[in-house]
Amino acid sequence: MSIITNINKAFDHRIRLGIMSILMVNEYADFNMLKELLGATDGNLASHTKALENAEYINVEKQFIGRKPNTRYATTKLGRAAFKKHINALEKLINK
Amino acid sequence: MESKDYLKDISEIKDLMNKSSRFISLSGLSGILAGTYAIIGGAIAYWLVMSYSSGTLKLEGQIFRLVMLDLFLVALFSVVTGVILTTKKAKKNGAKIWDNASKRLVINFLIPLIAGGLYILIILNNGKYGQTGALMLLFYGLALVNASKYSLGDIKYLGYIEIVLGLIAALYPGYGFWLWLIGFGVMHIIYGTWMYFKYDR
Repeated sequence: MSIITNINKAFDHRIRLGIMSILMVNEYADFNMLKELLGATDGNLASHTKALENAEYINVEKQFIGRKPNTRYATTKLGRAAFKKHINALEKLINK
Repeated sequence: MESKDYLKDISEIKDLMNKSSRFISLSGLSGILAGTYAIIGGAIAYWLVMSYSSGTLKLEGQIFRLVMLDLFLVALFSVVTGVILTTKKAKKNGAKIWDNASKRLVINFLIPLIAGGLYILIILNNGKYGQTGALMLLFYGLALVNASKYSLGDIKYLGYIEIVLGLIAALYPGYGFWLWLIGFGVMHIIYGTWMYFKYDR
């Protein structure tokens, strides 16, 4: 039973899983980089980053590069721990 | 959910982690060609030194300048071939040639290489050229090991071999030229062929 409870609902979506995977191996990623890698639309990606932000799994940093606004994301400590737990649970489920 | 879906999740996670942090479109064929250029360039240098300089190399001589030009051309052709073939492969894979991953790869490859290159030029200027071959192999090997974190991990094995060859060349400077030929010529061809069959086809 404990294996099932470790599956994190917040990651139970392809795009959210993708965002976390990219941010786990990169110091940060901006909105366009995530969009290109995940093949998601603006609105879709924005709603999923918002959900992860609300769970305090990622940090959002808004800044200007020249005159263009740029939004970049990074994982929080909590997010990294939660994602690792989720991956472990996935692996256990597969190896069962 | 089915465990098949979880398996798909895991493979997608791995794929995204690789795609976002590593540049994996390096062409094996360009390794083979770089090795071939090195052997041709080495043969020309050998012929120049043996026929016109009676087997020794003086720093201020005309022959020395020709050998340097020869080395420069080998490096230039290797880089140009590498860029062309890698761009082609990236296009075929649908990857961008100049993204965060490739930028990181180039920067991390160039830092040890440029530091080493400048160091070699400085000690050449001081008239110490006995270790040139060893230093080229060593710094190139370190650059490869450093770059391997941002590309196909297999590159590090080529890096380890270059480092070992460089250390052997440092111990036996007399064999520097031949170890250089093995490191930059033969090893590139072997490694390029291996990469070609593993990833390009």
